[in-house]
Amino acid sequence: MSTVFIALQANEETRPIIDAIVRDNPAAVVNREPAMVKIDAPGRLTIRRQTVEEELGRPYDLQELQVNLITISGHVDEDEDSFSLHWNS
Amino acid sequence: MAVASTKPYIGAPRDTVANFNGKQLVYVCWEHHLLFASSLMFCVEPEMTLGDFLHHTVRPLLEADPDSAALDFTRAEWQKAKIAWTPDFNASLAANGIRHKELLRFHTPGLNSLGA
Amino acid sequence: MDMKTDKKKLGLKEKYKLLTRDLGWETTYHTADEVFPYVKYEGIKVHDWGKWEDPFRLTMDAYWKYQAEKERKYYAIIDAHAQNNGHLHITDARYLSALKLFVQAISPGEYAAGKGFARLGREFPGVGPRVACQMQAIDEIRHAQTQIHAMSNYNKFYNGFHAFADARDRMWYCSLPRSFFDDALSAGPFEFMIAIGFSFEYVLTNLLFVPFMSGAAYNGDMATVTFGFSAQSDEARHMTLGLECIKFMLEQDPDNLPIVQRWIDKWFWRGFRILGVVGTMMDYMLPKRVMSWREAFEIYGAGNGGALFNDLARYGVRLPLEWNDAVKALDHMTHQLNLGLYQWSFGTAFHTGIPSDEDMAWLSKKYPDTFDKYYRPRWEHIKKLKEAGTPFVNTGLAKLCQVCQIPTPYTEPDDPTALCLRESEYKGELYHFCSDGCQRIFHDEPEKYIQAVLPMPQLFQPPLGGDIGAWMNWVGLKNGVDNGDYDGSEDQKNFAAWRATATSNQ
Repeated sequence: MSTVFIALQANEETRPIIDAIVRDNPAAVVNREPAMVKIDAPGRLTIRRQTVEEELGRPYDLQELQVNLITISGHVDEDEDSFSLHWNS
Repeated sequence: MAVASTKPYIGAPRDTVANFNGKQLVYVCWEHHLLFASSLMFCVEPEMTLGDFLHHTVRPLLEADPDSAALDFTRAEWQKAKIAWTPDFNASLAANGIRHKELLRFHTPGLNSLGA
Repeated sequence: MDMKTDKKKLGLKEKYKLLTRDLGWETTYHTADEVFPYVKYEGIKVHDWGKWEDPFRLTMDAYWKYQAEKERKYYAIIDAHAQNNGHLHITDARYLSALKLFVQAISPGEYAAGKGFARLGREFPGVGPRVACQMQAIDEIRHAQTQIHAMSNYNKFYNGFHAFADARDRMWYCSLPRSFFDDALSAGPFEFMIAIGFSFEYVLTNLLFVPFMSGAAYNGDMATVTFGFSAQSDEARHMTLGLECIKFMLEQDPDNLPIVQRWIDKWFWRGFRILGVVGTMMDYMLPKRVMSWREAFEIYGAGNGGALFNDLARYGVRLPLEWNDAVKALDHMTHQLNLGLYQWSFGTAFHTGIPSDEDMAWLSKKYPDTFDKYYRPRWEHIKKLKEAGTPFVNTGLAKLCQVCQIPTPYTEPDDPTALCLRESEYKGELYHFCSDGCQRIFHDEPEKYIQAVLPMPQLFQPPLGGDIGAWMNWVGLKNGVDNGDYDGSEDQKNFAAWRATATSNQ
């Protein structure tokens, strides 16, 4: 199965988001690189608004991800409750 | 289809020999001598003899290679237009059939100090 | 009297639907073909434009809000950089060559992409892609501006930055990326999407920005990390647009597959040629390196690209034709190109240098099968020439590839000791190429590529007539200042002197 990934800037805003990703995606692997964090997952990775809000302690609009996003790999599907990446093969 | 276009389209080449004031371009490659990162380009008169071209124009640029002292153009194996070729060093570039933008390749078996 | 209404918050999908509602309509007083004249001639068949949606569903209010936030973050850091002598915090002024090459060769490409997407924002009949292309056009102009703005802080102190705009138009090594963008801009809208949206954004920008910006972070260059990440935050959206476009074309009609495949083949190879420059920056220009070009390609090229092609296989798409040639070149290309940049450095508006013993040890560790065998002997010889007081300068100008315009420094895929030499005749003229890929691209559209303005042959035509000094003036290159070996350069001396004053009271 192909790997999807998302890379985020390493900063205060993304720390709780990364924690939320790890909670929701047990197969995800977190790679901490200079100034960025790259998270790989086999086939699919989902970011859930509710989990991010729990980690962050405030309401969160998933489109805020745009500000700290570095790169992604995989097809995107986004609505107000989740942002997911997947490969079909 | 020579180009994807909405209507017939003819391009104009930018490097025809007419643009070089009576001179022409010649490219030279010393095979397996990769200290020189690319084939060398020269802009010369077609009336120049091949011998003069190689000795006075090309050779000075090859001196940085440790094999250059042992280089003998007359004993090299030559290729022109992708096929083996016997040059006439006393004849002009034109008489040797060296066209504008022609690539001349020469191979010197046994010379490879830098291992390439 | 006030009416109490239930103000239900709109969902993302509803908001996006409202944004794009009424922006497309059936034409009545002109035919659709007259209104969208460039959308059919490439042969791509589209039956339902409504099927193309932006999966991010970004609406204008959200776009402005988040882009403004990115700009505020960016300028806060640029201010901090300027106020805190950021130009002295880099590992070594040698590092600046990578930035000079970036602003001369890459940033103008952002601007070119902006022009292209503005055009696509008009030419596509579908509302979804039109909106996404217009957003991307604004993004690309923002990238060019923020990059130039960040580098202007280095231009105050160091050489080689000042003439980047002339370099873009006139410098021989800039013709590589410029020809890439000119080729894309002069193609139809669908091919442009494959060239930029797919090849440049999906395959290239990850390699360009991610390891490179991580490298900038390693080298203490806060300004570049900032513009890099600020730009890259838009790229996820751009890559998605490129990927959606490919899927859309393939799903609309099976006749589109061979056309799309030909463009994938072409633009993979054209993109790979640009990556030669990026790889060389990574392997040779960063004093502190984060990963080798080869390692970066394994993650972002082979890993990410491989996943993409596996996914597209269900439409019948196969790997690009030259994929294997690319893989064979990985252990050679940066060494071959850098050797060229060094020997032609009298004509570069950045400095090059002989790799130090430590650099060479790193290179042989990262390229165990090739560096010591092929490339170390050349550098050792070049080092001897320099020590003998006769530094190696190759004043013989290079033969250029008619398609990618690179000075043909690369070897045969299966023989690293032989230059890859390809030539063809078309309408009585001879043309030369760096590879099978570029030769094939030429023969697909010869009337396009015979018009290439190649910098080296141009130098020998009027008005320059082979005068190197006149050429330097024309490209804005200050001889003895901007060019040549880093060792002994003004940048090297100034950086050492200024850093000394910053860390002592002398």
